[in-house]
Amino acid sequence: MLLALVLVPLSLAAVAFVIPSERLRPWLLPLGGIVHAGLTALAIALPAPSMFNGYLVLDSLGTLVLGFTGVLFFLCFLYAPGYLKQRAERPNRIFVACLLAFVGTTSLILLSHHLGLMWVALEATTLSSAPLLYFNRGPRSLEAVWKYLLVGSVGIALALLGSLFLAYSALHAQLPPSLLLEDLVRDGPALSKPWLHAAFVLLFVGYGTKMGLAPMHTWKPDAYGEAPGLVGALLAGGLTNCAFLAILRFFRILSAAGEASFAREVMVAAGLFSIAVAGVFMARQRDYKRMLAYSSVEHMGILVLGVGLGGNAVFGSLLHLINNGLTKGVLFLSAANIHRAFASKTLEGTTGAMRLVPASGALFLLGFFAITGSPPFGPFVSEFTILGAAVSAGRYVVVGLFLLLLVVVFMGMGATVLAVVQGTPPAIDESAARRTETFLTVAPAAAFLILVLCLGLYLPPPLEALIRKAALLEVTP
Amino acid sequence: MAASILVIVLLLNFFVLGTSRLRTVINASAAQGVALGVLALLVHPRIDVETVLVAVGATGIKGLVIPWMLHRAMRDAAIRREVEPLIGFVPSLLLCAVGTGAALVFSSTLPLAPQHQGSLLVPASLATVLTGFLVLTTRRKAINQVVGYLVLENGIYIMGLTLLEAMPFLVEIGVLLDLFVAIFVMGIILNQINREFGSMDTARLSALKE
Repeated sequence: MLLALVLVPLSLAAVAFVIPSERLRPWLLPLGGIVHAGLTALAIALPAPSMFNGYLVLDSLGTLVLGFTGVLFFLCFLYAPGYLKQRAERPNRIFVACLLAFVGTTSLILLSHHLGLMWVALEATTLSSAPLLYFNRGPRSLEAVWKYLLVGSVGIALALLGSLFLAYSALHAQLPPSLLLEDLVRDGPALSKPWLHAAFVLLFVGYGTKMGLAPMHTWKPDAYGEAPGLVGALLAGGLTNCAFLAILRFFRILSAAGEASFAREVMVAAGLFSIAVAGVFMARQRDYKRMLAYSSVEHMGILVLGVGLGGNAVFGSLLHLINNGLTKGVLFLSAANIHRAFASKTLEGTTGAMRLVPASGALFLLGFFAITGSPPFGPFVSEFTILGAAVSAGRYVVVGLFLLLLVVVFMGMGATVLAVVQGTPPAIDESAARRTETFLTVAPAAAFLILVLCLGLYLPPPLEALIRKAALLEVTP
Repeated sequence: MAASILVIVLLLNFFVLGTSRLRTVINASAAQGVALGVLALLVHPRIDVETVLVAVGATGIKGLVIPWMLHRAMRDAAIRREVEPLIGFVPSLLLCAVGTGAALVFSSTLPLAPQHQGSLLVPASLATVLTGFLVLTTRRKAINQVVGYLVLENGIYIMGLTLLEAMPFLVEIGVLLDLFVAIFVMGIILNQINREFGSMDTARLSALKE
């Protein structure tokens, strides 16, 4: 059952590779999205036993993120055929096959409870997403892919070294070395502290690079700026969250070893620093796709800040993982429509999106309000939960800095977004521009927005219970 | 025996940094890969089919397949054969020496398991990782950065040799396969970079910035 979540998308990728028709092939994506969502629902509804001696387990944290990626992939893949139809001049064989492979490897990350296997899956996800960034070709895409591959591979290599250090901390304690999560949590109190600290630094830097935390975020603006919007949504909502999950899994081991407070302070500092860096670079940003990349840096910072604060903030952080991912879906897909309509992604060539492509313009504007934490959208609830937890923990300096930075981000991002949606469109062929808005390219973005709105107004009790269960990261030794 | 192979690995680190011919740099990284394959057989307490498969796989991929791909990329690109470092050869050798010394000192402060007391595995691993970083950051040619990444992975592989029981067969094969695919994808992109820019100089990859 669990294995099907990995193998079915991979086999579909192989099918995509052999289908000869450029016109039919993109329809494999919605099919893959439906199948993956169905398998995910089945796996959640019918709790399956762990497989391969505990290598593949679906725990509550995995269930939460897997369920979310099911929705993300489903809606993004509904968008894909409409997009690829408008980009018929580009061959899509590798693009479609890599997207489907990306789904399979992502599921493997979420299911694996062996840190080595998880590393293999995360590196495979990086490799399958690299060709996706190169879809538009040209020197700028090349530069983005090269940086993405090199920075990502080196970062993740450090994470592998960290995983080995972790296993060594057990070896030093005369325990049989193991990279199975359950073994490490059980043996937590006995693990050798110096090796554990070194492992934490390497793993946090390594997986933090994949998450795009500042100052390891340098690949992100280039990658998101040059990739198709669809890929941006999948990376910002899918891959970065998987890297966050890897850090959370490791945090559990650390707290079992009684070292959680050391990790917490590092996470609070790294989180605030990421939000600050994003705020600085978002101000006066002329390229609205790069702006979205910095917004992703900011929200990754909020996620680790929440975990660093502990208590109820962990709940807020996991809720924010979903809210941020869904809102990024709205923003990246609507930005992609605007990008195609204006054939420009800088403010020089893009004004008056609301008049030229009204639906996408409106979605982009509403997505901006949602992501910056305006009520009644979901991110408001999750950010407010984190703030509330910080206040009740008496961390007033953190609260002050966090609020200040949120205002800075709001103003910086608002200036760019308003310049895109307001004003008069430049003199371009209007009918051609309007044709970029079809039902298939607008409906998925609108569906993302509706979900974000629903989560802001009402959190279903089963979901809340699941997040509460997943938020129990602390293990008392 | 294992110690002398680790010394060879450390000397190859200096060789990778100190040579001006790109072909020799690739060959040095290949030699390092072969040495690691032999080392894997030596440190294993017992030799079984899986051990031999991993050792042969590592030797084949790190020592033969990847160097062959890099040599081919070089020939296709018809690039100039000099390395063009950002900092000179003597300073980079000095940095490597400092790094190796620091690795030795640092690993003597780490608490080692009894079976690794006095063994060179941990310091050699850290020194090789540092060398990989040095190559990655101070060389301008894209193909040279790939070699840096390879050396970095070699360093991690040495660390993995201290933990043979923690890494099951399939995961080890998975790590090797990931490395192979990574270099394969990098090779394709190298080729595209060369076609697009007429050179593999990463200094030309500077259009995207704030």
